[in-house]
Amino acid sequence: MSDNVLLEIKGLKKHYRNGTIKALNGIDCTIKQGEVVVIIGPSGCGKSTFLRSLNLLELPTEGEILFEGIEITDPKIDINRHRQKIGMVFQQFNLFHNLNILDNITLAPIKLLKKPKAQAEQEAMQLLERVGLADRAAVYPSQLSGGQKQRIAIVRALAMKPDVMLFDEPTSALDPEMVGEVLDVMKELAQSGMTMVVVTHEMGFAREVGTRVLFMKDGTIMEEGDPHTFFDAPKTEHARNFLAKVL
Amino acid sequence: MKEMFADLSAQVKLCFLNDDRWKMLVKGLGATLQITAVALLIGIVLGIIVAAVRSSYDKNKETMKAHGGIGYVLLSIANAICKLYLTIIRGTPTVVQLLIFYFIIFAKMSDGVPVAMICFGINSGAYVAEIFRSGIMSTDNGQFEAGRSLGFSYIQTMRYIVIPQAFKTVLPTLCNEFIVLIKETSIAGYVGIMDLTKAGDLIRGRTFSAFLPLLTVAAIYLILVVLLTWLVGKLERRLRKNER
Repeated sequence: MSDNVLLEIKGLKKHYRNGTIKALNGIDCTIKQGEVVVIIGPSGCGKSTFLRSLNLLELPTEGEILFEGIEITDPKIDINRHRQKIGMVFQQFNLFHNLNILDNITLAPIKLLKKPKAQAEQEAMQLLERVGLADRAAVYPSQLSGGQKQRIAIVRALAMKPDVMLFDEPTSALDPEMVGEVLDVMKELAQSGMTMVVVTHEMGFAREVGTRVLFMKDGTIMEEGDPHTFFDAPKTEHARNFLAKVL
Repeated sequence: MKEMFADLSAQVKLCFLNDDRWKMLVKGLGATLQITAVALLIGIVLGIIVAAVRSSYDKNKETMKAHGGIGYVLLSIANAICKLYLTIIRGTPTVVQLLIFYFIIFAKMSDGVPVAMICFGINSGAYVAEIFRSGIMSTDNGQFEAGRSLGFSYIQTMRYIVIPQAFKTVLPTLCNEFIVLIKETSIAGYVGIMDLTKAGDLIRGRTFSAFLPLLTVAAIYLILVVLLTWLVGKLERRLRKNER
């Protein structure tokens, strides 16, 4: 882990309906290169909103987000260019239904990074091999299982060679027997040094793979620390209550 | 039996062969097809533009409002114009629109065919726009977000991901609109165009025989619609093949 700051979040707030619903209530947080930050908390605490703010899928009401030193919350910057460097994996996979697996993976590298088709396809095949799905390149998303779809979704994000990967409850929509295969891919990714921000309910993954845990409640970060300290001796009452329910 | 055939052949002779009356039907069919084809084209182009404006406005208004600027103002104005267009066209009968186009807007033009093309095109565009918009809005928002998260712009995401899926969804409804359009052109006779319906009616008037001319006209429309349905069904099956 280096000391390079990748993401800096300052005073982030997100309100809906003219402030009647406060999803995020002032979040300050720094994420360094190589970190695997796991965000946990009760449902409705704002963890998904926070994650989706990091690539501006949710537009913050207030506050700043700096990505690689550039303020991406500035309306004047071209967010599309910075999103290329921020990979995202969704709970519902969101593979493009109209494209086969290979095209799902190569669409963005070809159209956005202007890679030659042959090169993009070769890189896609290497990535598919890494997740054990090279034989599925020609099929369409509807022909895959949930676990396979999610591994492909990870590959699709990786094909853009992002500097950070965001995971929004990547295993929550999966049948229990498929959770493992996706977590294995994420674990391998973490070990390869990828910076990751993961919203999850998989406490085992958080403890084993995470380098830092953020516990959120009511739109704020209530507690943070290294996973072992957090899980073995949570400091706040809220965290203790939450862990008592999920563990 | 023999008498019936003799009677029928006399009728055919009277309605279609005498004075080369069948040529009227052919000419009428030509006008119907021409009007339909051009109106279809105008309708699709107009429909795409209006649907693009309306759905862009719906999807982006919050982001653009937050950022402010001239883009938001322009899009709001364009959206208001589109809404007005939809309201007027869908709120008035097509026959009335055709009469207004022919006798007021294009009063100086004596040939009704181009007027009918424009009128039916503008009319169809309103319905096609709403069909396209429903397709775009019903495409899962996750598809859109996935595109944006990879770094695609709004327009690229629409072009590569949302519209191909939306098109597949709306194809049956779009086909339905085209069927309606073909049949709706039968009111072209109101402004003196000899389309297929008018041709049949003229033959009826000249021969004092209604049965054969009108049933023949109906049969020709039926064949046109069946043919179109078959073609679209083929396209639909080809597009769906990808998914299974």
